[in-house]
Amino acid sequence: MRDNLFEIVEDPISVESLIEKVEDRNAGAITTFIGTVREITGEKKTVYLEYQAYKPMAEKMLAQIGGEINQKWPDTKVAITHRIGSLDISEIAVVIAVSSPHRKPAYQANEYAIERIKQIVPIWKKEQWEDGEGWIGDQQENVPYPTGKPDIKDEDND
Amino acid sequence: MIEVLLFAQLQEEAGKDKILLDIKEITVKEIKQTLQTQFHLSQIEESMVAVNESYALEGDVIQPGDIVAIIPPVSGG
Repeated sequence: MRDNLFEIVEDPISVESLIEKVEDRNAGAITTFIGTVREITGEKKTVYLEYQAYKPMAEKMLAQIGGEINQKWPDTKVAITHRIGSLDISEIAVVIAVSSPHRKPAYQANEYAIERIKQIVPIWKKEQWEDGEGWIGDQQENVPYPTGKPDIKDEDND
Repeated sequence: MIEVLLFAQLQEEAGKDKILLDIKEITVKEIKQTLQTQFHLSQIEESMVAVNESYALEGDVIQPGDIVAIIPPVSGG
């Protein structure tokens, strides 16, 4: 894969390195999304998080999301890195960088990427609370696998 | 042999991250039923199945040598 645009890693993520991956002379905008570990969710206090991934497939699915973005918003460049393992409060779990000639597609594509990650990328989060632990299922309280989703049979790197 | 990978809660319930099934051809739907019956995994119903790293449909046929992964609802990000 050129330049490792779509990665699952075990070490801390450098936001700067993702920005560099999408830099382009024709870009007029780069958006970055940084997903961090939150301490308080509702009435629960998280002590730390553990992420697990089916790594080869997760990287494939991240690349697929990149492909979807390039189709919807031509001239964008996308890089996504998701970290796995144990993460403390405030540590970075995911970084998404999108560059585009104009700002609007960069914003829109970036939001699209995180929503798709939460739908199709095989990564799981385990919460360690003060009083127990649990694997988190679908966070968005929607159907995790809506029927007719476009990714059932991937069209590899069309 | 068909290799079945388990993750997250399913992995903890089964006490292992991999199951080897000595079966020939089997559909996605059938393999879910087999795992449900043999291992009583709580989330099989709501899980997707991936075959060789691509999401598969219930009617798809799994061949010996394929790598199957049971994908419970994901929670990345």
